[in-house]
Amino acid sequence: MNILVCLKQVPDTETKIKLGRNEIDTNGIKWIMNPYDEFAVEEALKIKTQFPGSTVTALSLGPKVRVTEALRTALAMGADKAVVIDAEETLDNFVTAKALAAAALKIGPFEIILAGKSAIDDNSFCVGQMLAEFLGVPHATSISKATYEGDRALVEREIEGGAREVLELELPCLLTANRGLNTPRYASLPGIMRAKKIAIEEISLSALGLSGADQKIKYMDYQLPADRPSVKMIQGDSGQQAKELARLLREEAKVI
Amino acid sequence: MATVIIFAEFIDNKIKKGTLELFTAVKNDSVEAILLGTDSAELVQELSRVGAKKVYLVKDPVLKNYNSAAYAAAATEAIKKSGATVVLGSGSMMAKDHFPRLAARFDGGFVGDCTDIQISEEHVTGKRPLYSGKCTANFAFTDKVRMKFILMRPNQLPAPQIKKVPTTAETLPVSFEGLKVRVKEVIQGTSSQADLTEAAVIIAGGRGMKGPENFKLLDALAKPIHATVGASRAVVDAGWTAHSTQVGQTGKIVAPNLYIAVGISGAIQHLAGMSSSKVIVAINKDPEAPIFKKATYGVVGDLFEIIPKLTEEFTALVSH
Repeated sequence: MNILVCLKQVPDTETKIKLGRNEIDTNGIKWIMNPYDEFAVEEALKIKTQFPGSTVTALSLGPKVRVTEALRTALAMGADKAVVIDAEETLDNFVTAKALAAAALKIGPFEIILAGKSAIDDNSFCVGQMLAEFLGVPHATSISKATYEGDRALVEREIEGGAREVLELELPCLLTANRGLNTPRYASLPGIMRAKKIAIEEISLSALGLSGADQKIKYMDYQLPADRPSVKMIQGDSGQQAKELARLLREEAKVI
Repeated sequence: MATVIIFAEFIDNKIKKGTLELFTAVKNDSVEAILLGTDSAELVQELSRVGAKKVYLVKDPVLKNYNSAAYAAAATEAIKKSGATVVLGSGSMMAKDHFPRLAARFDGGFVGDCTDIQISEEHVTGKRPLYSGKCTANFAFTDKVRMKFILMRPNQLPAPQIKKVPTTAETLPVSFEGLKVRVKEVIQGTSSQADLTEAAVIIAGGRGMKGPENFKLLDALAKPIHATVGASRAVVDAGWTAHSTQVGQTGKIVAPNLYIAVGISGAIQHLAGMSSSKVIVAINKDPEAPIFKKATYGVVGDLFEIIPKLTEEFTALVSH
C-alpha cells in the first residue's frame, strides 16, 4: 500500500500572536507539526505495520528551510520518504490543495491519503476535502477510528452532538484525522538518526504549474481582538452570588 | 445582481437557527435555498418566510444520513441549476465537510468560520478569526473568482426579518450511482444537547470539577437554559469526558452568546477557543486564574456550593 501523509507546520499552541506590518509577526515563533497531522502520521505508520511492504511518504508545503523540520519529525517517527513543496508563507488553501494534488500525482499513485482535520493556525478545515476533489477520490473528515481491508476503509467520524457515523470508502481515498484516532508515537533515537540520512525531495511551486497569482482569497487588516471590558466580580456568600449572577445574566446581559 | 444560494439544514422538521441567520446577510431579493433529504412543506414554508425565492429539493434515501459524496453531488446539481455565484452555509459539521469539496469542484474560493460578511453587487467581503481567535483578519476574493463559497459561524448574525415572498419549490432529479462512500451506521450520541459549535449557551467544566462524576452538576445547570456542556483539554486528556466535548485551540472553537467556565483556570489554548463568546462567566476558587481577565462576570468561590444554587436560580427564572 502506498500511503501519503500531508502535514503542515504551525505556531505552537502557547504562541502569543503579535502583528507585523500586513500580517502576523512570525519572529520568535516556535514551529511545531500541526497536532492533528501527528495523528495522520501515526495512522499511516499503523497501516504500514498492517500491510508489510507499504511505503509512507510525508508531504508538506511551505518555506523549505523551516518546513523540513516537520518532515524530519515524520521521518523520525518512521515515514520512508519526505517531499517538500517550497513556497512562501501565505498561500491560500486553494493553491495549497492544488499544489498538494499536483505533487501527489507526480510522486504517487497513493491508495490512502491522510491529513489532519484542520490546521490550528487558520482553522480552515478544508485543504483535505479540496485535495480529495482535485484527486477525484472520496473523503471522510474528522475520523476517530478506522480499519482497512484490501480495497476499502471503514471509518468512524464525529457528527453533530457527539453522534458518530460509520462510513465505508473505496480506495483510493482521503481521510482527515481527529483526536482519538490513535496515540502518536515519539520519535526514537535510532529513528532520529535514520531521518537525518534521508534526503528530502524538493519540488518548486512553479514546477507544479502554480503561483501565488492562482490564489482565490486574500487576507488583510489583521487585528488583535479588542480588549474585553474589565470583569465585574460578584461578591457575597454563595447564595447571594448565585442570585446576583442569575439576575445580571437576565436583566443586564439579556442572555438567558 | 449575484444570486445567493443558501445550504439549508434542519433538525426535528425545523430549519436550524444557523441557517435562518444567513438570510440576514443577504440584502437583495435574489436568494434561493438548497434543501436535501426532505420535501417537507413546513420547511419550504419556513424558508419562504425569510425570503427564499426558490427552494431546490432533492429527496433520495441516500440523503437520509449525511454522506459527503451524495450531498456534494446533490448540491452541485442545485447550484448549477440556480446559476448562483455565492453559496452560503452555516458552519455545521455537515457543511464544513462538503463545502470545500464543492469550492474545488467549481474552481471557486472558500472561506470558513466567518464572523462577519458583506455581500454587495460585485464583491463578497468579511471577517474571520485566525489562530483560533488570537487575531482576526478581513478577507476578500481575488478579482477573477466567480464562484464564492462561504461558511458563517453560527450565532453571529441577528435573526432575519420576516418577508412575504412567493416561493417556488423545485425537485431536482439527481443520480447517485457509483458513489464511493457508503454510510454503514449512525451511532446516536447520548446527549440531546445542541452541538458545541452551534450552541447559543455553553457551560464548560475544567479540572476544578474534580472528577467525571461531578459533570452531572453541569448537566443539571444546563437543563433549564438549554445549554450544551463542554470541557477543557485537561479534562478530556484525563478521560473524564469525550474528545467531542473539548473547547480550545485543539478542540472546538466556539463563540456562543453565553459561556460559563466552571473550574477552568484559562490556559492560553483554551482562551483562544472561547474568548470571542459574547458574555463570559468565570466561576473559580482562585481569584488569580487567567480566565477572569476574559470574563464579563466573575465569581470566586466553591463551585460545588455555587452550581446547585445557580441551578435553582436559573430554574426559577425560566419558569416565570
